[in-house]
Formats: sequence, C-alpha cells, structure tokens
Amino acid sequence: MSNQPIVSLQSVTKTYFMGEVTLNALDEVSFDVHEGEYVAIMGPSGCGKSTLLNILGCLDRPTEGKYLLGGRDVSHFDDNALSEMRGSQLGFIFQSYNLIQQLDVLENIEVPLYYQGFNAGESRRMAKEIAARVGLGERLHHKPTELSGGQQQRVGIARALVNNPLVLLADEPTGNLDSSSGAEILTLFDELRSQKKTIIMVTHDPDIGQRSDRIIRLRDGRMEEDVRNVHA
Amino acid sequence: MSMPDPRALAGLFSFAKIRRAVSLGFKTLWQHRLRSFLTMLGIVFGVCSVIAMLAVGEGAGYEAQEQIRQLGSQNIILRSVKPSDTERITTTQSRVSSYGLTYADMTRIQDTIPSVTVLAPGRIIRNHVWNATQRVDAEIVGVTPWYTDVRTMNVVSGRFFSPVEMEGHSNVCVITAPVEKRLFPLSPSLGRNVRVGADYYKVIGVMEAESSVGTSQSGNNSATQGTNGGYAPRIYIPLSAAKSRFGETLMRRSSGTFEAERVELHEAVIQVARLEDVEETAQIINSILATEHKQKDYDMVVPLELLRQAERTKQIFNTVLGAIAAISLLVGGIGIMNIMLASVTERTREIGIRRALGAKKRDIVIQFLIETVILAGTGGVIGVIFGVIIPVLISHVAEMVTIVTPWAPALAFSISAFIGVVFGIYPATRAANMDPVEALRHE
Repeated sequence: MSNQPIVSLQSVTKTYFMGEVTLNALDEVSFDVHEGEYVAIMGPSGCGKSTLLNILGCLDRPTEGKYLLGGRDVSHFDDNALSEMRGSQLGFIFQSYNLIQQLDVLENIEVPLYYQGFNAGESRRMAKEIAARVGLGERLHHKPTELSGGQQQRVGIARALVNNPLVLLADEPTGNLDSSSGAEILTLFDELRSQKKTIIMVTHDPDIGQRSDRIIRLRDGRMEEDVRNVHA
Repeated sequence: MSMPDPRALAGLFSFAKIRRAVSLGFKTLWQHRLRSFLTMLGIVFGVCSVIAMLAVGEGAGYEAQEQIRQLGSQNIILRSVKPSDTERITTTQSRVSSYGLTYADMTRIQDTIPSVTVLAPGRIIRNHVWNATQRVDAEIVGVTPWYTDVRTMNVVSGRFFSPVEMEGHSNVCVITAPVEKRLFPLSPSLGRNVRVGADYYKVIGVMEAESSVGTSQSGNNSATQGTNGGYAPRIYIPLSAAKSRFGETLMRRSSGTFEAERVELHEAVIQVARLEDVEETAQIINSILATEHKQKDYDMVVPLELLRQAERTKQIFNTVLGAIAAISLLVGGIGIMNIMLASVTERTREIGIRRALGAKKRDIVIQFLIETVILAGTGGVIGVIFGVIIPVLISHVAEMVTIVTPWAPALAFSISAFIGVVFGIYPATRAANMDPVEALRHE
C-alpha cells in the first residue's frame, strides 16, 4: 500500500479550444507523488501551472490521460463525485487566502466539514484543534478582515487540514505576504512535512523551491525537469 | 492517520444541515439588512394587500348577506307597487287609483299552496309619530300577531301584540329601537302612549330595527303626507287597528292636484316550510297573482335568491381580488429574483470557494434557495401582521365591517413562500452551474 503513489498523472493533456485554434495548456504530463512528499511546481507564467493545479484539485478534468488520486481514476468522475473528492481528499491553500468574509475564523475552518456532513459539535471541536495546531490560539471569533495576511493564511491552512486530506494543494501561498510572515508560513509547511503530510505547491520563488523535496518544472505545458533536492 | 468517513450521503439533507443552512442564510441576509428589507417590501405589500382586500370584501359580503338573511331565507316577500302607466293624468282632476295586493290574494295563496306555513300581510302608512312635542317620521306598519314568526328581529323588551288585541282592534303598538331613541330618549317607553294622527297607541314592546333592505323600497311606495322616500324607522300596530283607523284610501294633496290611493295591503311575508320549496313556491305564487293582477302592481322579493346572488357576486369579487393578489405577489417575486441574481453575481467567488471545499451543486442550490425562501417568508410574516392590523384600522376609520378569515393569512403566506421557491430556483441553479475554476478566478 505504501508503495502506491497518492497522486499519479499519466500522460495528462489539457486542450483548450478557442474557435479554430487549439491550445495545449498541458501536454503529456506524467509524474507520481508519494505519501509525505513535498513537491514544488515551478515555471514561468503561462506554463500551465494553474491548469495542472486545477486538474490535481479535481476542479477540472484532463482532456486526455489518466489521473489517479489515492488509487482511484478520477479523470472521468462527474461533478458530484469530483466535489466529493475535493471535500474529502484534498486541501486547498490559495494565494489570496479565499476566506469567506461573512464567517469568522472557526466557521471558515468548518466549511469543508459542513459539506462532509459532520455535526456541529464535532466540527467545532475539530476546527478548534486544528486552529491551535497552526497557531491561531486567540483570534477564533474574528472576521477575516480583522486579521493580518499571515493570520489569514493560517486560517486557510487550517481549513485545508481540517478534513485530514490526502494531499495539500498550495497555490503561491506566500505570494501576498511580506517576507517575515511569508517565512512563518513556510516554517509551518516545513512542520507539516515533518508530520508526513503530502504537499504540492505551485511557486515561482526558487528559494521556496529549495525547501521542497522535489521540483517539477513546466514550460509551455510540458515537463521540463523533475529534480529531487538533497537536503543537508 | 485515519481518513474521515464519507458521511456526505447520510448527512446530505439532514435536519441539522438544513438548520445550519438556514442560520447561515439569516446571517448572510442580515449583513445586507437594508437590501434584504427593500427586497422583502414587494412581498410585504403583496401579502398585506391581499389579506386587507379579502377582509374588506368578506366584510361587505357579510353585511349584505346579513341584511338579506334578516328577511328570512325561507320567506317570500310580496309588495304592492303603483303601476307606472296609470299614474300620470295631465288634467288637474281628482283621481283615485286602486292597486296592489288584496285580502283575496292572501286567501287564494293560503288555500292553494300547501307548502305555505305562515302568511303575514301588512299595511304600511307613512306618518308622524308623536310623544308630546317629540316627533318622528315613521312607517306605521299594521301586521298580524304572527308577524314575528316570519321576521328575525327580536322583541327586546315588553311583548308583541296578541290575537286578542288583534281581534279587538286595540290601540297598542310595538316600536323599534330608533323610534324609542327619538321619542323616549331618557325615560323607558313601555306603558307610555304615542300619538299618530288623532289616535293614541300604548307602547307594549320594543323591537330591534328592521334591516334597511326590507323597508326602503316599501317606504317609497307607501309615502303619504309629503314625506317621500328614504328610510324611516317603523312602529307596528295590529292590522285590524290599521284598517279601522286609517281606512283603505290614502290621500295626497299637492298644488292643484288631489290624489288618493286605494291599497288593501302593502306587503305580505310568506313563509315556506322547507328551504328547497322556496323557489318553486315563489313561481306558483307569481302565476296565481298574475291571473288576478293584469297590471304588474306587485313586486316579489325572494331573499333566498338574493342570498344566492350575493354569494355569486362575492365569488366573482374574490376571484378578481385573487387575480390582483397573484399579480402583486408575482411582482414581489420578480423583485426578489432580481436581487438574488445580483447577489449570485456578487458572490461568485464565495461560490467558487465553497465548491473547491467540497460543496456539491445541490449544496449551492439549497444555500441560495433558502435565502430566497427566508426573504419571501419573512416578507410574508410581516405582510400577514400588517394585513391583520390594517382591516382593523379600516373598520375604525371608515366604519366598515371587515372580516379576516383564518384562511386568508394562511393562503397569502403560503403563496409568498411558494413564490420564494419558484423565483429562487433560477438564481440558485445559476449559482450552482458556475464553473468552479472560473468562479475562483472571479474578482
């Protein structure tokens, strides 16, 4: 079991049809990610990073090829089944945090649990536990607008962790943060790695890439390289 | 590390989940209080006007029906009418016109129709009734002792006159409440005497006033002494006394003209044993009278028919009101849909986030549908409250009878909730069918 990859892309192609022109946003991309890996996906803008992340996040389906998530081929799942996969197997962390403004910190963290059908008491308990783990001790009933960027991103991370997903998908999680709070968030990711969480992070910052186990570079929708970092 | 149970299916439509969705809906709407309130107004006014209009309609219908019912639904009422073509003689001569119902008619009806149980003939003389210097313009109605059997008015105090007093042509009278109020404003009237013309009548009873439907027409026909038309309160005396004191010829003098009318009976109230026989009996009476009265000098009123007519009128009225109601609620519903569509666009990103976090299309539909239903439902409740209060104000200010039937608020409210669902479906499905990727990218 532990040998089976958590994420497995097999010749995934995503084609956009714009009138007469067809554009391959992804072209025959294949790679595996195993449990506990911390993967950085890098490349210049327009290289297909976002498309790849959307497919990995079950928000979009590949035009061709197979995508196995936790051993299940999700390439042809319908909308309901994909929603179910997102809710139960994936955790999203966004560059702009994407917190729901009218909800407070705990309620934001509870959103994925709500769609998984957890009851109020249980989800409240789990949300508090996760909030403590990401260092959101006191500000549990504040609205997102009352928090700093770093704190908002902590809420985002807590929300991604609360349903205990197979994979964390992070899209430039430090892109909107100043360097010091960015560093704090990256430290948090290091901690998550040490807890054997599987992380796939899209970034264009080489320094961040260096902290990961492995860097996948994309260019024009194709995989350019796939290198493993050797940490001291 | 254990994975969370896939409880999605089990808990999808659970009560707890819906309850949380409802509280989220309230929270979201509360954040845009003013907008939510303005959106609700359409439904508030719609529901409120429906209930108020129905209450006014119901009240008006009730008043009409009560008046007709007072005439007695088992009754057939005959009245003498002066035929129009014999009236106008251009020469300034005296003339006696003779018309109307006769005692012979009464006997004929009584003898030929077995379904007639009570037959109460009456004479009506318009005259002034005096108590010392107090005067009232009234209809002096000569009736039989069994008159009270065919009419629904009650004797409030004292009694109605007896067959003995009828036999004896006694000068006794039963006055109605308005007459008592005018002639005896301070002291009790029972046992006192009132004067009509040259004769004194002893007051032996006081009755409720008769409904105006029964009297205004007969007042026109039997007018004497120059006081023409209009509603006049009544006093009742024995028919025998009316016959011997006033005779059968009534005079009317005006400049240069001398007119007299000879009328035996002004009205007759006929009671039929069974309700089903009323209409048929009315037809038979009509055909009996038609043979004797070549000129149409009588008029027949069947309260049952009037009642049915009033009911039909009320039904039409309610249908029209229902249509207006439907339109006004429709307008309210469209207003809500409009705002919800704007709200969906405004919250595109939130929809994207929720979809990314595992919300199914169905979850999004429910979320927006619940908001619409809350708007329409709350508007409905407020509308019902005002709709119940406003008829009360109307009856106070305009002195109209209004009746809020229990089903009117229930109907109005359920229509408003229904409208919430109908007009919520489109914005909600539009929200649910957004592409999550596009929605997340939306600024």
